[in-house]
Amino acid sequence: MTEVKYDDATRTYEGTDVPAVDHLNIDIGDGELLVLVGPSGSGKSTALRMLAGLEPLDSGTIYIGDRDVSNVRPRDRDIAMVFQNYALYPQLTVAENMGFALKQAGVPKEDRITRVRETARILDLTPYLDRKPKHLSGGQRQRVAMGRAIVRQPAVYLMDEPLSNLDAKLRVQTRTEVVELQNRLGVTTVYVTHDQVEAMTMGDRVAVLKDGVLQQCDAPGTLYHEPQNVFVAGFIGSPAMNLVDVGDATPLQIGDSQLTLHGPGESAALGNGAGRITVGFRPEALQVVEGGPLKANIRTVEDLGPEVFVHVALEHQGENLALVSKMQPPFSGNPGDSVGLQIVGSTHVFRGDGSRMVSATATLN
Amino acid sequence: MSGSADTPVTVGERRWVNAAFGVAAWITGLIFFFPVFWMVLNSFKSEQDANTSPKLFFHPTLDRYHDVTQSASGLLSFGDAYANSAVIVLVSTTIVLALAIPAAYALAIRPVHKWRDVLFFFISTKFLPVVASILPIWILAKNLNLLNTRTVLIILYTGINLPLAIWMLRSFFSEIPRELIEAAEIDGASLKGQLTSIILPMAAPGIAATALLCVIFAWNEFFYAVQLNPVKGSTVPIWVTTNISTRGDFLAKLSAASVLACIPVVLAGWIAQKRMIRGLAMGAIK
Repeated sequence: MTEVKYDDATRTYEGTDVPAVDHLNIDIGDGELLVLVGPSGSGKSTALRMLAGLEPLDSGTIYIGDRDVSNVRPRDRDIAMVFQNYALYPQLTVAENMGFALKQAGVPKEDRITRVRETARILDLTPYLDRKPKHLSGGQRQRVAMGRAIVRQPAVYLMDEPLSNLDAKLRVQTRTEVVELQNRLGVTTVYVTHDQVEAMTMGDRVAVLKDGVLQQCDAPGTLYHEPQNVFVAGFIGSPAMNLVDVGDATPLQIGDSQLTLHGPGESAALGNGAGRITVGFRPEALQVVEGGPLKANIRTVEDLGPEVFVHVALEHQGENLALVSKMQPPFSGNPGDSVGLQIVGSTHVFRGDGSRMVSATATLN
Repeated sequence: MSGSADTPVTVGERRWVNAAFGVAAWITGLIFFFPVFWMVLNSFKSEQDANTSPKLFFHPTLDRYHDVTQSASGLLSFGDAYANSAVIVLVSTTIVLALAIPAAYALAIRPVHKWRDVLFFFISTKFLPVVASILPIWILAKNLNLLNTRTVLIILYTGINLPLAIWMLRSFFSEIPRELIEAAEIDGASLKGQLTSIILPMAAPGIAATALLCVIFAWNEFFYAVQLNPVKGSTVPIWVTTNISTRGDFLAKLSAASVLACIPVVLAGWIAQKRMIRGLAMGAIK
């Protein structure tokens, strides 16, 4: 049973003053699947490599279980890692690849063969055990890489964007398989991805990083509905949340319409002195309605079948503002049509420094 | 021939260009191959046939091979020269690889501090013209009682081949995907395990190519050998020149000796080629 703990873990690469990972604090529960997500350069892979022992810590501590592993060699950390490019040993067969770590650990040959066969059976790799990696498809290689990690029965799995080289359909399928497998094995797993959909669908919790700093670490639903800052709000969700800079004047104004917050949110947002305010509302909270108070022109309509994304543009504070509305089909508008918009869900209000001030229901008048 | 922007190249035209390049390549190849072919032909002729106008038909004989491999007292024998060359080449190449592999590892996989300077230093040792170094080397060898020994050539050839071997192996090691070494590290492989299980098997084509170049250089080297080992410990290139005679014809004999001198290098090349043509990455990544 293994927890993982990042305690103020910091890593600064040579030749730069900006930490790649800056005072990271995360507690990962036993058997939990934690996803580290963020854009390129956010430090998510570095954080994973620090846990793997492939990057040294400049300060702070990392614990696996009760053990401080900050200065422990990778091979002594009882971890297994799946790499983005799979990193299969090309000169070894699938069986030898999967059994490599066991061989290094001195596991007797019979045990090795049994465990490799059992893992191959779970992953449907039995027919390929004698093949070399170059004779496998991308999806099969990915499974071998997973198998190589599973067969070791380590305390923690580390996965560094293991699905990013698969095509879209296979990625969705494999995503489900990985989650099922992780649930079945119950091994603590840290999973890195830049794809927020992957993060949201896979993680028990998701840690969002930006510029090496942890922005928020919560369950996917919490991240979506209660983002702690404007970065998380914009990063999580597809299409992204509509974020509108409304300035520091009250009442809050979007285009020609006035935004009214209801409940306790109103008094919190008004008379604040929090600098320029940004309001955010999800595409599903912005609806095209007959006689809607916020006038806009349709730019494009994306009909995905079960939902329709309507991209609109309007004049806001003298500049062009693009917003997205998620509508239920059928939707009859066309590009160039003038439509009215209304907010029907919760709206988030962010301070000038990006932090969330309040979330409340709102209407446009 | 090749079309400009307003006259696009047609498929037919491109085919003609390719055919012309093909013919030119064949002609160039034959021009290069002809002297070797002529040498092999001459080695099967009598001295008389070899030294008259080239004849299309002649009576082939192995007598010249018999002549050159006969040992005569006081002269460098074929067997001695081959033994000297074989020992010098094998020992120097083995030492070169034994030193170059860890050096290349330290420069490519876990780069040491100022590795660029180290790399430049290695190659800078090749800047000195060979002829400029012979006098100090000769004096050193004489003072150390190494003249006319195999040892002096082993030391020299090791020193001469080492920078090149390190440079070559470094570039081959650099091509090994970093994730593979990291994967081995996480999988519990020690440094020795990483080297023997992952790095060396993957770099085998590169190691074979490097070893081949070292063998070719050490086998063919003439200048140092003739200056330092004219009496004992002489190598095959020196033996070949002993077949040049100031009295009588020697072209067929010299050709036979040259063919014998070529055989080990050709064999080594053929063996190394088998390993070299195997791809380096072989599906490791993606």
